[in-house]
Amino acid sequence: MIEAVERPNGKLAEIETGLTAPWVGRKHVLDLDDFSQEEIHAVLETADRMKEVLARPIRRVPALRGRSIVNLFYEASTRTRVSFEVAAKNLGADVVNVSASGSSVEKGETLLDTVRTLRALGADLLVMRHNHSGAPYTVASHADIPVVNAGDGTHAHPTQALLDAYTIRERFGKIEGLRVLIIGDIAHSRVARSNAWGLRALGAEVTFCGPPTLLPPTTLSSEGDSPWDVGVDMDLDHAIEGVDVVMPLRVQLERQEGSRLASLRGYARDYAITRARLARAAPHAIVMHPGPMNEGVEIDADVAHGLQSVVQDQVSNGVAIRMAVLYLLMAATHGGARGRASGPSVAPLANGIEHVSAAQRRS
Amino acid sequence: MSHEIVEQNGGVQSLVLVGLCTRGVPLAQRIQRAITTFEPAGVPCGQLDITLYRDDLFDGRVLELHETELPTDISGASVVLVDDVLFTGRTIRAALDAVMDYGRPKSIELAVLVDRGHRELPIRANFVGKNVPTARDENVEVRVSEIDGCDEVVITRRSEES
Repeated sequence: MIEAVERPNGKLAEIETGLTAPWVGRKHVLDLDDFSQEEIHAVLETADRMKEVLARPIRRVPALRGRSIVNLFYEASTRTRVSFEVAAKNLGADVVNVSASGSSVEKGETLLDTVRTLRALGADLLVMRHNHSGAPYTVASHADIPVVNAGDGTHAHPTQALLDAYTIRERFGKIEGLRVLIIGDIAHSRVARSNAWGLRALGAEVTFCGPPTLLPPTTLSSEGDSPWDVGVDMDLDHAIEGVDVVMPLRVQLERQEGSRLASLRGYARDYAITRARLARAAPHAIVMHPGPMNEGVEIDADVAHGLQSVVQDQVSNGVAIRMAVLYLLMAATHGGARGRASGPSVAPLANGIEHVSAAQRRS
Repeated sequence: MSHEIVEQNGGVQSLVLVGLCTRGVPLAQRIQRAITTFEPAGVPCGQLDITLYRDDLFDGRVLELHETELPTDISGASVVLVDDVLFTGRTIRAALDAVMDYGRPKSIELAVLVDRGHRELPIRANFVGKNVPTARDENVEVRVSEIDGCDEVVITRRSEES
């Protein structure tokens, strides 16, 4: 029952200090390319604990009580925004949702001014989605509060990759050595990119599959200058053979400049995950999808809702993963005790702003 | 102490032992085993991690979360919290909040191996292994063989930084 104390003598103390230690010093969560394997494991283990919180009669703990988390969303989102909101509320934080439409962004306020305003209004942590790749990096380099990237353009979506890793680990008990096939619009997919970083760091074998127009140009190069250590295969029927995880991506119709796809019907014929195609994967294979799904395009309805689908698990695991990320990041960045000034390494955002201290806000 | 706990509660019915992570957990298991020697029915024993309920959560460390596992529905139960050292009482305050989130026990009592004084909250233990008068700047460390490889209580003078 109690695994921790039944380990061999002396080992527990080591685990206590070891697991979350890699998070000390982390300031932001922007992508998984700067995450060590140990840091990812700390998230997954912490998410196990958070999942236990979610199973309680009262699914809320006071860990982030009095902390204010702002969800700044410049792009439409249901599951990610709600997931972050629920996660923050489950940890007892106050949550403010700001979307670009209906805010001063429409009056022409710049991104950094918006962030300065939110900071002055008392934000302790910023969760940010933006339609431009790299926008969270700009904010992170100028603001003195931790930033979590909730998806930036076609670049990165680290918490999605973490929840995918968590879901895979939940099903298989491990990630190392598994074969993961990511299919579809890789070129526009922040999910594919962040998953490539995360899953490779955890020792999975990752293959990108899609028509050449939807693969990132660097992965097609014979020079081998792709940033990801992944395989590339344009033939789905060949690539799916024996894989453990099948992850079709949404065809992002809103991001198709020009005509990269000859026709949706042609795409569905060559790349849709059908029951017949899934039968070529390993018998225990699972099907994942970051959502929202275009049923009949990249995935058939009977696969999307079939026995091998873990799409709903992904959504519910997303809350536990985001609780873990918020907890770890807040703990790593808020070194000072409540009400006291933060560590000396944090520079004030601008004169006159820092005096709105945590203590004053809470009183 | 095990006899005391059973006597005070008038038997083992509805009794639930809950060890506080980390050193309280093996102590609770030892009490559970001791009770089994004279009450064959035995008592359930769980463990509780109170990290997420602490009032000093973010004081510069990234705190590890441990597993919480309560064996039965604690609503209506007589819960006995078990910890190694009772000091300021803040851990117990957090534990009371945590237990309440799991249900509404009939009562909550507290058993500690060492009471070292210096309470900052109106909290006392129902069952105390030993009262040890200490100075505020001393550390009391309980070591148990399940975790540390030996059973001992060590009092050290705290270094300046904390």
